Amino acid sequence: MITLTIDGTKVTVAENTTILEAANSAGIRIPTLCYHKRLNPIGSCRICVVEVEGYANPMTACTTPVVDGINVVTNSERIQKIRKESLQLILVNHPLDCPVCDKGGECTVQNLVYEFGIETAPYQLQKVERRSVYATPLIRFWPDRCIMCLRCVAACRDIKALGAIDVSGSGYDSQVSPVNVDKCESCGECLRVCPTGALTENLSRYKGRPWMTKRVETTCTYCGCGCQMELNVLHERIIGITTRESKGTNRGSLCVKGRFGYEFINSEERLTKPLIKKDGQFHEATWDQALSLIAEKFSAIKASHGPDAIAGLASARCTNEDNYLMQKFMRAAIGTNNIDHCARL
Amino acid sequence: MTNPIADVLKSETILVTGSNTTDNHPIFANYIKEAVFRKGANLIVVDPRRIDLVDHAHIWLRQRPGTDIAWINGLIHIILKENLHAADYIRERTEGFAALEKAVEKYTPRHVSEITGIPVPDLRKAALMYGKARPASILYTMGITQHTNGTDTVMALANLAMVCGNIGVEGGGINPLRGQNNVQGACDMGALPNVLPAYQQVSNSELREKFSRAWGVTLSDKPGLTVVEITHAAEAGRVKGLYIVGENPLLSDPDLTHVKAAFEKLDFLVVQDIFMTETARAADVVLPSACFAEKDGTFTNSERLVQRVRKAIPAPGEARADWEIISALSTRLGYPMNYNNPREIMEEISSLAPSYAGITYARLEKEEIAWPCPTLNHPGTRMLHKDQFVRGKGLFQAIEYAAPAEIPDDEYPLILTTGRVLYHYHTGSMTRIGRGINERCPESLIEINPADAQNLGIDSGMMVDVSSRRGKVRVKAKVTDRLPTGTVFMNFHFREAAVNLLTNPALDPVSKIPELKACAVKVEAA
Repeated sequence: MITLTIDGTKVTVAENTTILEAANSAGIRIPTLCYHKRLNPIGSCRICVVEVEGYANPMTACTTPVVDGINVVTNSERIQKIRKESLQLILVNHPLDCPVCDKGGECTVQNLVYEFGIETAPYQLQKVERRSVYATPLIRFWPDRCIMCLRCVAACRDIKALGAIDVSGSGYDSQVSPVNVDKCESCGECLRVCPTGALTENLSRYKGRPWMTKRVETTCTYCGCGCQMELNVLHERIIGITTRESKGTNRGSLCVKGRFGYEFINSEERLTKPLIKKDGQFHEATWDQALSLIAEKFSAIKASHGPDAIAGLASARCTNEDNYLMQKFMRAAIGTNNIDHCARL
Repeated sequence: MTNPIADVLKSETILVTGSNTTDNHPIFANYIKEAVFRKGANLIVVDPRRIDLVDHAHIWLRQRPGTDIAWINGLIHIILKENLHAADYIRERTEGFAALEKAVEKYTPRHVSEITGIPVPDLRKAALMYGKARPASILYTMGITQHTNGTDTVMALANLAMVCGNIGVEGGGINPLRGQNNVQGACDMGALPNVLPAYQQVSNSELREKFSRAWGVTLSDKPGLTVVEITHAAEAGRVKGLYIVGENPLLSDPDLTHVKAAFEKLDFLVVQDIFMTETARAADVVLPSACFAEKDGTFTNSERLVQRVRKAIPAPGEARADWEIISALSTRLGYPMNYNNPREIMEEISSLAPSYAGITYARLEKEEIAWPCPTLNHPGTRMLHKDQFVRGKGLFQAIEYAAPAEIPDDEYPLILTTGRVLYHYHTGSMTRIGRGINERCPESLIEINPADAQNLGIDSGMMVDVSSRRGKVRVKAKVTDRLPTGTVFMNFHFREAAVNLLTNPALDPVSKIPELKACAVKVEAA
């Protein structure tokens, strides 16, 4: 174990811990931008710089491992000035177009600009026309908003082991591009880790600012991983799906189906009324008519052929409560154990 | 699964077989990649297809489809010969080892290689990599179970894990990834013909009596029919009424021509679903139900975690939650069900299913709980068989290799294996709606090896006819070395190329799972 001092507090952590992790474990906040818990440290933004006593240059807390006995200062006037300066340099590549940005209200850049009281962008460079290329039509890329933090590139490499996107070009002309389009799975991991509005969801026709939508925590409806997610609801429609790092085995990740496979919910093709078939054609019916007919037919089959002439298939797509009632219905109301579901398929 | 998903981060070696994890369980695949790249785990993939995970594997064994028991016994043979087995664990925690030792004796590397097509040196490398690792985890899915000897193959995998002392330890286990969001829960709830909720046998009079008292009716002691057996019984005229909730057997079941004929013989078919599926079209009455975003409840995932589903929006039109529809129908049939909400149903489940006894909605708001959770202050069980096996001692079974039910011949020279692709889900009733996912994967493809394609005069993009003894479909070809020669792959998502017209309904005698992973076909340019 290693003991160091951060802002006057003694902190003891395991070897190979970074200064940032050590500070977090002691409840000391160091502002970050490119750092993300699930990714290998990137160290591109310089927002998390700290001073270490005895060293002339400030160090990035997210990439610097702790050393026994060091004395770290996270919040001096000098550090604050460097952070503000770094942020102003980042704004060279980021217009303050928050009023028209989907991310407004839950954007790390916006929050930091507010926190550091930056009111103007003092540095201007000649505007370079950037092409909006990206690997998938489900995600919109806004190259003018990209601050080159490289979280998206790291997520595609570190979490998905795909490497579908990377930096192309060099210097001021460099930008994130699809370098390996065939590898892209449209999982949206890049979208999820983008700390600003450079990547936005491009699927829903309905848009809502974060504070306009209701977010309902639930469990994904596709495979057995059981990912935890939030349905974003606007005017009784699902307009997007978000996740939280702290919730579920998925730790914020989703696959293409989980993140983008929600269009069926609001589909015009959904069944909305009970239907009864007469002469080969379906006719709309009331619940009363449909349920009466089923009760009559099942009762008749049971009376003439016994309960085992009726069978039921429950569903691995339905809830535990639905399935419990379905087997109870078959066993108690019909009187047969002819109940199964699609587990075998 | 015996172990939680995140446990693979503690595994020294991970063996994945019969699972195209990156396509079917992408989040689990993230963990496997993290284990390999950040934790230094070894990865063994055993699969006839060069699935994406092979790119990250240290060893890839490409077995002939349906020969799994042979390579598994072969690995055990080598592990025992090399003295890599966990002798203390075998002595203290298991029984039946002598019979296993005897059974695997004849599975010499040379013999196994002849059956499976796996080169001898690769078998040895894999055996050493699995055998030397402590702990090592085994992951499998339907590539193992959808065979006529699926149950035996699972037991063979359990033998392999127990020989190395890998069950009941962190980072170990044998872990079947469940394919559907709540397949675990549907089984737990007793939506199975032989068991009541929490796997309580219908043939056990004491347990049946418990349910009889709670439900106020006498219950049948005769185990019922499984899904494929129900179809057979309908065809024979023994089943006359069928009530299907949220399933699409007219696309998902093997040998569709037969299923369709069987359904036509029914006197009365009720289908309750969110879309007009192929099965709903065949119904006499269709009932509209709410989807997951429109109702409250719980799903139980692969890890046995019971997790909340929450209502976000109202159901469209007059659609209702399944539990509401079933309650209303039951009441009509003279067996009243009066529940105000799913929470009340969960209270009843907890009172009757011992493994769910400690699970309440109030607790699920605050904590993650995996069953078994026998009491209100029990934390739940993330790992099974920890200090001892659920049955006491782990039982080794002597398992023998047997060939698939239908092997290729002159007329049908290729093996067809089926599965899913990343972008779609089961019969596509949800994922084929909307543009998002369909821009990524708009059509069905049959994957075929370049050598086979050349022999048959087929190029990528050409339409081909695929036929088996049971049917014929037309589909576009994709020539790829993902497939070995002699084997073709199709998904079952597309009604336009319904692969289950071809598949074989032959069943595993114990699990009654059909052999969807191997049947004989021929392919011709259309």
